[in-house]
Formats: sequence, C-alpha cells, structure tokens
Amino acid sequence: MSSTIIVTIISLSLLAAVSAVILYFVAQKFHVNEDPRIDDVQAALPAANCGGCGFAGCRNFAEALVAAETFDGLNCPVGGSEVMKLIAGMLGKAADETEPLTAVLLCNGTPEFRPRTTRYDGVESCRIQHNLYIGETNCSYGCLGNGDCVKACKFGAIKIDNSTKLPVIDDSKCVACGACVKSCPRNLIELRKKEKKDRKIYVACSNCDKGAIAIKACKAACIACSKCLKVCEFGAITIEKNLAHIDAKKCKLCRKCVAECSTKSILEFNFPPRKPKVETESITING
Amino acid sequence: MMIRYKTSNTFPKGGIHPPEYKLTQNVPIKPLPIPKSVMIPISQHIGAVAAPVVAKGDYVKTGQLIASANGFVSSNIHSSVSGIVSKIDTIIDASGYRQNAIFIDVQGDEWVDSIDRSADVISKIELAPEQIIEKCKESGIVGLGGATFPSHVKLAVPKDKKCNTIIINGVECEPYLTSDHRLMLEKGEEILIGIAILMKALDVEKAMVGIESNKPDAVEHLKELAKRFPGISIHSLTVKYPQGAEKQLIKTLTGREVPSGKLPIDVNAVVHNVATAYAVYEAVQKNKPLIERVVTVTGKSLPAPGNYLVRIGSPVSSLIEAAGGLPDDTGKIVSGGPMMGKALQNTGVPASKGMSGIVLFRASESTRVEKIACIRCAKCVTACPMNLEPHLLATLSMKAMFERAEDEKVTDCIECGSCSYTCPAGRPSLDYIRLGKSTVMKMIRERNIK
Repeated sequence: MSSTIIVTIISLSLLAAVSAVILYFVAQKFHVNEDPRIDDVQAALPAANCGGCGFAGCRNFAEALVAAETFDGLNCPVGGSEVMKLIAGMLGKAADETEPLTAVLLCNGTPEFRPRTTRYDGVESCRIQHNLYIGETNCSYGCLGNGDCVKACKFGAIKIDNSTKLPVIDDSKCVACGACVKSCPRNLIELRKKEKKDRKIYVACSNCDKGAIAIKACKAACIACSKCLKVCEFGAITIEKNLAHIDAKKCKLCRKCVAECSTKSILEFNFPPRKPKVETESITING
Repeated sequence: MMIRYKTSNTFPKGGIHPPEYKLTQNVPIKPLPIPKSVMIPISQHIGAVAAPVVAKGDYVKTGQLIASANGFVSSNIHSSVSGIVSKIDTIIDASGYRQNAIFIDVQGDEWVDSIDRSADVISKIELAPEQIIEKCKESGIVGLGGATFPSHVKLAVPKDKKCNTIIINGVECEPYLTSDHRLMLEKGEEILIGIAILMKALDVEKAMVGIESNKPDAVEHLKELAKRFPGISIHSLTVKYPQGAEKQLIKTLTGREVPSGKLPIDVNAVVHNVATAYAVYEAVQKNKPLIERVVTVTGKSLPAPGNYLVRIGSPVSSLIEAAGGLPDDTGKIVSGGPMMGKALQNTGVPASKGMSGIVLFRASESTRVEKIACIRCAKCVTACPMNLEPHLLATLSMKAMFERAEDEKVTDCIECGSCSYTCPAGRPSLDYIRLGKSTVMKMIRERNIK
C-alpha cells in the first residue's frame, strides 16, 4: 500500500519536473516582448471597460495610447482630463484639456404632454418597437420608454421614471461613455458639456415635424417659433429642421430662453429659484 | 426506364396549420359606397415615394394621375374619386408610420373619359408586350398580395435572364382572408385574360395557378374556364401556411428552389397574385388604373363581415361601418391577414393598394401569451419554411451578434411568423428576427456603398 503512494509521488514529481523544464524553454522561445508601459497605463485607467473611448476595453485603449504619437482624438471619458494628464506624464506626451460631458434626454414627452394613442404589447425593446411603427403616441421622434438606454448603461446611471415613463439620467453617475447614445434608436440622447453644480439648459425635444403637427402629438414639443432664437444674446441657439438647438459651448446659462419658450420645451435643471419679479415660472420635470 | 416522381402538392419543409376562419368565403363582393373624402397616401408601394402632380384646390376626376412614379422602382398613384384636392398633408398610414397623403373632398363620381366602365369582357389582347408593360407602369399596378412591389419591374426581365413559367398566386393561405377567393369566383374569366396578358408580356407559354384545396369552388370554376386558355393550368394545393409565399409556391408548383439571396427570376419564374392579374386585365383591356381593390372585412364579433370593393383612400372606419360597426370587445384591428398583417394605429387610416383585409380581433384573442424561457423543443426549426433556425436567429439578434446572424442567413427570413405561432414557450422570435434582419440589411447596404 505504502509503495503505491511512494511510486505515485515519485512518478508525478518526475513528470512535473520534466514539464517545468519543457515549459521554461518554450516560454523563452515564444516570449512576446510587450511594452511594460502598457500595464502601467492600464493600471492608471479606470478599468470600466465601457468602450466610451471607442476601443474594445481599457487594455486595448492602453495599447493604443502607448503606440500613439500624439493624444489627438484619444480620450477616456470616464477618467477625464485628470487621468489623461496622468497618463500623458507617464508617457512623456501632452494631453489636451477636455471638458467633462454628461448625457441629457432630448424628449420631455410625459403622458401628460403626449397622450398615448395605442398600446404596444411586443418585446420590451425600443429598437424593435421603433422598427415596427411610430410608437404608442403620435410623436414619431419621441422616447419610446422601453429602456434600451437603461440596459446599455454599465454605470447604473439611467433608470426609467414610472410617473413620466422617461429615462432619468443621474449626473453623479454618468461618465459620458456614450453607450446610451448608441443604444437609442431615435437618437434622443445627447452628450453635453457638464456645467458647475450640474446646471443644464437644453431643448428637450427632437420632433422635426412642422410646428402644427408636432404640437398635436405632444404639448411639450418644440414648434420652432424662434422666440428663443431672438432672446438669446450669445448666438447659442440655432433652428434646423423645425427644431431649436442650444449650443452648450456658447450658452452662458442666462435662462432667458427658458422663460421665453412658448411650449416649455426648453428645460433648466439645478438652478436656484428665480426672483419673484420674473412672472413666468419654470417647469421642472423629472428632477 | 422513365422515373416518375410523386408530385407533391405542397412545399416540403416547414409550415403550420392555423385555424382557417374563412367567415366571408360565401359573401359576394359588394362595392363600398364612396366616402365623403379620401386620403390617398403617395407611397403605397415598395420603392421610391411618388411625387404629387396636383396641388390644393385642383379638381380631379376618378382615375386621374395625382402622383407620378419617382424612378424605375416606384409607382403611379391615381385618384380613386372625383373632387377637389383639399390638402396634401401627413397622416399615419396602415404601415404605422407618418407619410404624405393627398386629401380629396368627393364631388359626384366623374370618371376620366378613356376608362371603359362597361361590364363587357374583352378577351382579345391587342397591345404588344412592351406596350403591356408600359400600360402596367402607367396604371400604377403593384403586387396586390400584400408586398406591393411594382408589377412593371417584375415584367421587365433583365436581358441575361429568361422566364419560362408564370406562377399565379391564388393560394390565400392567410386565415380569415377571402378577397382573392371571391375575386376568382366572380371575375374568373377576367383573371385568366389577365394571366394571358402577363404571358404575352413575358413571352412565355406556361402559366400555373396555385389555389389551396380549401377553395374547391374556385378551383373547379377556374379549371372549367381555363379550358379555353391554352397554357394555363390550375393546381389544387394542400392547405398549409405559408404556401402563398413566393418561394414556397414556386417550390410547390415547379419543384424549383430559389437559392438564398436570389429572386424567382433566377429559377426562370415570375410570380403574380390573382388580384394583380385582374388589375392587369382592367388596366390593359379597360384602360382603368389601379384605384380600387377587394378588401375582406372580417372578425368573429363583427355583425356582418364581408368582401368589399373599396376605393383606395377610403378610411378603414367606413369599411368597418359597412360591415356592421366596431364591436365593443375589439382589442386589435389588423390590416392584412392575422399572420403577417400589421395592427393599425387607428381606424382613420386609409385603405391602400396593399390592404387585402381588415381583421378585427377581440381583446381576448389579441393579447400575447406570457413568454417563458426557450424549452429547446425545436418546434420553430420544424415550422420554418426557409430552413432557418429561428430560435438561434432570435438569440443572435437579442445579443446584438449581427455578423453571426448574417452567416446564419437571417436575410432569408420571409417573416411569415410560423416560428412565433408554433412556439409553446410564447417566445416572440419573429420580433427579434425582424430586428436582426433589418440591421443586417443595413450593414450589407453600407458595405455595398463602401
């Protein structure tokens, strides 16, 4: 009995020793010279593997950063300027200053503004519903509310509000990776410049129909009346395809357009209450 | 020694047997009264949207061209009524999307003079093949089986290809629908002349009409009439859905299989619907453009289901009104058959060239069953008439693995819905497959541009 154990131990040990020698030479022969900096850069990245940089994951991005001559067009939205500067220092290159971004939903079609005309009972997927027909309301541009963006967000920053049936984006969690932007079949999510105290002003509508049709489908639709365009002192507002758009780079957050908007389709968030002498009151929906 | 193969009279693989519910098969076609106003969508066909040639305030006669074809794969649209064009505006049509339509307020019923409105059957074909194709193009004839592909495109066979058999689709395999059935019974002779016209246009000697055996009266009637038409044969086929699908019907009747990604013309066949043959007859012999079609209005709760000859652009509500009014328990209104049709947004949508039926479902019939996990029974694989693996394609689409879905031939799916119908787990496979198919089609288009 004991001899069996001894024979087993000796034979297995021999096998292990021989394998170790073979593996040692194989490892020498097939050794891949990898830049050690790749590991360092990868360690500096946030390891979110979100794909926001356009690469498959943080490792691929690290390889690209090490191989790149300049950092033009390379940016980690999760880490932002801070991480990029750190990596630039490690690699002896210069990183551009990038502005942090945040995602906003360009639709405010709550059931109150946008009555439901049909009932969809198919698969819970915006993409599939979008392929089938214009959706449960008469607006062919608005949010379908099936939560493709919720599923796409790896940071848990989006959830559907049960009362408005619209996704709500949590600014503190959003890293602007752009996964939700790609997931939305109606292109309703825009990455905008992140302002101090998460202040935001934007046109929460994507309806490109003429005003009369848009307003019939949704009371909160932009009807391209160009009132906001006239009141803006900074030339931040443009109107294209029957739809106003505020350029976040030019906008100084003066809130004049919000007060002027005839359909209340321009929303403001995280501002202090207005002074009482201003008669028009702002509407705050979904937060 | 000659080997005789047993000629099967249905396609070999897949298919399902949904309950037929042909409630209206004995109800004769009745013309629907002309509504007070019509909305004629400018895109009722596959291909480029037609361009309106009338403006607000114009007076148009019945049969007058109001929107002209925009390119080769496109189709003319004619006014189905006489009256004043009140506006050109967007509507939500039967497809569920917003598009432009020409609104006409009806005034009397004054037809364009060149249209022969007599009931005489003209059997002598005087036009030359090119003239026939031109006439089909002018008259805005599209495939009336539901796909609405412009017919003149199918008739203009490329030079390197040759058609030797015309297949006429009188299968009507969708449950509930009886519009083609009634048309074959009531306009049998006209349909056969229409087929003869198509044969002349394509220069072929042989035409095969496929009719499912649940319409024995239509088979007998056409067989009797076909004795006078050389080259046209009538075939009674075993009932099975989706026999009326182009590729399945070709396989059934000729034994030829259309290869993946190819068209029927690649196996020397061209398929037209019986209703299209009738429309071709009217266009060529009577000079009448496609301005009306037979629509079956049916449903178990509907007081008086029937088959109606409808002017294109009449609102669906007027059809339901004629059939006894909307029952209170209606849950879903489907345009087309219950298998491949599309639920309507509202009853205000206009009847279009591709609308073969309006089926009203009770709320209890129209709810989806709760879906559970796939139980791996492979019933969908057995049911798929295209030899695909629906469960796999659905999963690939769900997981966004579109390259793999392309390799698995998702683009061959004919969207017949047999997989979803047969699934004991209630899985909406077709919903996912459609998404995969459209995404892969888009990928292929983008690749071709590059």
